[in-house]
Amino acid sequence: MNQSPDTPDRARRMILKGAAVCGVAGLGLADLPLLLRPARAADASLYPQKAFKQKSEADALKELYGKTATPSDKISLDAPEIAENGAVVPIAISSTLPKASAIAVLVLENPYTLAAAYKIPEGTEASVSSRLKMAKTSKVVAVVESDGKLYTASKEVKVTVGGCGG
Amino acid sequence: MASTIRVRASANGDTTEVQSLIRHPMDSGFVKDKSGKLIPPHHIDVVQFEHGGKTVFTAFWGPAVSKDPYLKFSFKGGKKGDDLKVSWVDNKGETDSLTAKIR
Repeated sequence: MNQSPDTPDRARRMILKGAAVCGVAGLGLADLPLLLRPARAADASLYPQKAFKQKSEADALKELYGKTATPSDKISLDAPEIAENGAVVPIAISSTLPKASAIAVLVLENPYTLAAAYKIPEGTEASVSSRLKMAKTSKVVAVVESDGKLYTASKEVKVTVGGCGG
Repeated sequence: MASTIRVRASANGDTTEVQSLIRHPMDSGFVKDKSGKLIPPHHIDVVQFEHGGKTVFTAFWGPAVSKDPYLKFSFKGGKKGDDLKVSWVDNKGETDSLTAKIR
């Protein structure tokens, strides 16, 4: 009875292999309920994926709305002069432009400029407040679509500690 | 599990003001963890608010929206006691929804 010295090793390898297969199968099953979930939630197909991957203001707006914007004094962009914590910068945008149908906010120095885009159906006010992450001091641009045209307002926000974990 | 969504909708005259707070990591994909590995992007893509069978607000969010995102907006037509449905979906296909009463 001469046992080869690598037998226990081989056995262990088998067990590991088995575990790996189990792992994959387990993952597959865990994903299933997500796929089968009824589509009563927010519609992911509406998401403008490409617009959120653009690195310049012009490209993001072109991707999102297919046009360029002109400055307007009818947009109010409320953001701090100095943001001590770039991870949480409160930004409020409102506008008195007629027939506003969309609002977007861009942080030009972030890796991707577009931060958020909002659809404003008729009956909803052209006003939104949220909180954004800023990598560093940057110009923040508010965009409002009004009567089919794009308008912008911008403000420089100084960031003391960047919000991208740097 | 408790809902990830907290929403307060209050009717004032013909306008309903909505404030919502969603619990979500909103990982941008640019941040490294303690061992220096990039934390993969995990953020909410779309949030929808529905009232009376109509979408009153849609938000598209990129990785630049802060963790546990806050949102405030107002719409016309809501009354006290009406339902307001909030739902979100993230880039991994995870979702949550909640129906709140307008106060």
